[in-house]
Amino acid sequence: MTVLLDLGHVSKFFPAGGRNQLARLRRRLSGGPEKLPKVYAVDNVSFVINKGETVGLVGESGCGKSTLVRALTRLLDVSDGSIKLGARELALKPARVFARDRDRARIQMVFQDAGDSINPRFTAFDAIADPLRRLRRARGKALKEQVEAAASQCGLPPVLLSRFPHQLSGGQRARVGIARAIAVKPDLLVLDEPTAALDVSVQVVILRLLQQLKRELSMSYLFVSHDLSVVRLLCDRVLVMYLGKIVESGPARAVFDRPWHPYTQALVAAVPRFGGEAMERLRLKGEPRSPIDPDPNVCRFYGRCPISASDCKTRAPALRRFGSRYVACHFAEEFVVERIKSGP
Amino acid sequence: MTGSLALCVDRLSVEFRTRSGLVRALDNVTFSVRKGETIALVGESGSGKSVTAYAIMGILDPAGRVTSGQAMFDEIDLLSASPKQLAAIRGRRIAMIFQNPRSALNPIRPVGRQIADVLMRHRELPTRAARLQAIEMLRAVGITDPARRASAYPFELSGGMCQRVMIAIALAAKPSLLIADEPTTGLDVTTQAVIMDLIADLATELGMATIFITHDLALASQRAARIVVMHAGHVVENAPTTELFVQPRHPYTAELIAATPDSAANLDDLAAIAGSLPDLRRPDLPACRYLERCSRKTEQCAQTLPQAVLGPEHIVACWNPIPVQAPLKRAIGAP
Amino acid sequence: MTDTTAVAPRESPLAQLLRHSRHVLAENPVTGFAFALFLLILLAALFGPQLAPYDPLASNTAQTLKPPNAQHWFGTDQLGRDVFSRVIVATRLDFFIAVASVALVFVMGGLAGVAAGFFGGWTDRIIGRIADTVMAFPLFVLAMGIVAALGNTVQNIVLATAIVNFPLYARIARAEANVRREAGFVEAARLSGNADWRILVGQILPNVFPILVVQMSLTMGYAILNAAGLSFIGLGVRPPTPEWGIMVAEGAAFMVAGQWWNAFFPGAALMLAVFCFNLLGDGLRDIVDPRRRT
Repeated sequence: MTVLLDLGHVSKFFPAGGRNQLARLRRRLSGGPEKLPKVYAVDNVSFVINKGETVGLVGESGCGKSTLVRALTRLLDVSDGSIKLGARELALKPARVFARDRDRARIQMVFQDAGDSINPRFTAFDAIADPLRRLRRARGKALKEQVEAAASQCGLPPVLLSRFPHQLSGGQRARVGIARAIAVKPDLLVLDEPTAALDVSVQVVILRLLQQLKRELSMSYLFVSHDLSVVRLLCDRVLVMYLGKIVESGPARAVFDRPWHPYTQALVAAVPRFGGEAMERLRLKGEPRSPIDPDPNVCRFYGRCPISASDCKTRAPALRRFGSRYVACHFAEEFVVERIKSGP
Repeated sequence: MTGSLALCVDRLSVEFRTRSGLVRALDNVTFSVRKGETIALVGESGSGKSVTAYAIMGILDPAGRVTSGQAMFDEIDLLSASPKQLAAIRGRRIAMIFQNPRSALNPIRPVGRQIADVLMRHRELPTRAARLQAIEMLRAVGITDPARRASAYPFELSGGMCQRVMIAIALAAKPSLLIADEPTTGLDVTTQAVIMDLIADLATELGMATIFITHDLALASQRAARIVVMHAGHVVENAPTTELFVQPRHPYTAELIAATPDSAANLDDLAAIAGSLPDLRRPDLPACRYLERCSRKTEQCAQTLPQAVLGPEHIVACWNPIPVQAPLKRAIGAP
Repeated sequence: MTDTTAVAPRESPLAQLLRHSRHVLAENPVTGFAFALFLLILLAALFGPQLAPYDPLASNTAQTLKPPNAQHWFGTDQLGRDVFSRVIVATRLDFFIAVASVALVFVMGGLAGVAAGFFGGWTDRIIGRIADTVMAFPLFVLAMGIVAALGNTVQNIVLATAIVNFPLYARIARAEANVRREAGFVEAARLSGNADWRILVGQILPNVFPILVVQMSLTMGYAILNAAGLSFIGLGVRPPTPEWGIMVAEGAAFMVAGQWWNAFFPGAALMLAVFCFNLLGDGLRDIVDPRRRT
């Protein structure tokens, strides 16, 4: 397996609270620290994406997956850490100027709300042509051919190319978003909840299309979603995030069929399954801990976790390896023991 | 039998006047809910499930018009009731919660006051008592530190908390029927589980009937005792949950189940539904609106639409329902 | 499997726009009336001098202050000039002032506002302070000041009107750009290799333009009134140039003596033009709004 993208100790902080003079003065007067409190949106995240792989990224709102995605697609700068594409270190170039970088075409993204991600004043043709014009310098006849090729690869008939987004159905808009992303033949395609806004019947078609495109264009996928059933079907590996950290990762089927981390267990248990009876429910109490200046010695899941032992608030668990599974929990061994007991 | 029904919707039809034509959004929708029962109205976008709820509650868009049908609640037809009668029912005996909690709440009024408003209006409590009761309701829906949260504004609360507040407002007057229109779409799945648990617990406690409107078939299967499947403004199948999933009789139901990711072991096993919704503005719509997408169509399907009763609780609108003996491609719900 | 379901009939964007416009006009006949009136004004502006029966500058001492009659439909003024001809010919000047002011403020205010809203930071602060400075003055007084300082020419009247309207356009443009700054399509544009300035011009501006267009038609009415007001106090166009405002100013003196036609007809023309532009603004808003209601 060759590595395509390698994230090493990536962190992203945002200042919380006021940065202006008044807020600083207020802080100083109340005796608090002068330093800005920070929201740890992404905290020390490391993982790789291999060529030809589909990696899933799941987590709920506030877990930092959107921030992580924007960091690795270079729409946002990281506060710390490295993003290596092949041999090249991308974090060195600021996000502000990355748009004109020679490697810009290698990482592309399909957005969740296709309607929002296409300029309402652009036709479908304009939308798909934009990256070709900017990144491949295509013009005139060559441009038209490439746009039509991308459109037909995504099952979009040429007659729809002159339409505006509001004249297209949800499924058609999704195809335009995909066509735009693949037109420049990226190595890595990040899919941010691409089917969330679609009906179930359209979703099937789009997922099949994505599968097919991946083979045809030899791409790797990072599939970000909160819909675990879809991730289970589409992804080879999955990463589970909670409050800025990766809490579990491993082969997709295995993680969903036998989750080890208590949060993953709660997540999987909460997914509605056919046939009524869900897994034994782990009800998560209360609200997530504050992401502002979290105590580095306390597990982020402490308090909400049904285990929440004294160890959990004195020592934050590191991501430990168990074969192909990585889990950040002091009590992960209990699951390993269980597995050995019950056989492979 | 009528005595034990909370709501009985009979042949409800709704039309919308739009610039591009008359849209026959609902056509002869019929179903009922028993007292204390939880049912789900399931369908994709354009199926008419939300329109049904809005028509029952009398809050249709001004361009919409009920052209026929009844919605019997406690001996009163909601569709032809006087404004005075409706005012006594809505919010007090039938409550509704909506999809986007933050936008369904008044953004410039503290949440405690919004609950108290309902209590003062429908339970006629004096102001002070209403405020205290509101705090109790916040506690009952699982909001921590309710006394402090009561003076919070919706924008200060998370999506899950706003939904809980909306539930508190809806249940403040102890209604006998709750209509929940996609109450958890847009919420995290763990929050969704907790909110659905909450609604179920409160429903049991109050002996309240519930109608869930959702596009999520798996969610409906987990929470409802009976499922009403809608397509293009028609009810196509109405059956108890287990029966529906173990043996769907209407082709659309079967296709819908086969398209849901949860039902498949591999991506290749997922089946797409052929075709798309017919244009409801067409004057020449066939009697069965699923006709053009259906693999089991017959001669009669274009002329009339049946209401075949396949069992004591199982109704299908199909001339050629899937026979009972045909095995499903895979067993749903198998471990 | 390809997806060929049509949501709307296949038409070019222009045909779409025309069809939508027809709907709007059908529903709101007042808008249709405003459009017709606008065309009339435009024609008068373009062909005024050819259509005028008399030379607007030719004075005729034998015919001074004659009331409206068969030869002079609007009567004659104190120098014997035909009021009707002067009113028609003045359309061109007033219309030009309106259009030029609006074009100038659109460019100045629109670009500044969009930059402020999109980039934020110091750009936003500086442009904000400039706008605040302009707004600190009573707007007409500021216009008077600018024209008084720079001289009574048509260019300066246009400039003064543009400056006075700058904060409004900047504010509208800034708000629209701010909203769209975080939109999905802006991020998509970055991914597609668009540098920031290109996003500003190629993506944001086309979205902001329609909203400003509505404002522009309203400003046209204001621009004419502004010019008229300046002329009225002697800071506008100089005589004998025919311009509605100055005609009203000169004619006002005669109203007391009963010679109402001098001031009335140019005043009525002014009113009609402003009325037309305001109605046009409302109608344009209906047509241009991307969220077209059913």
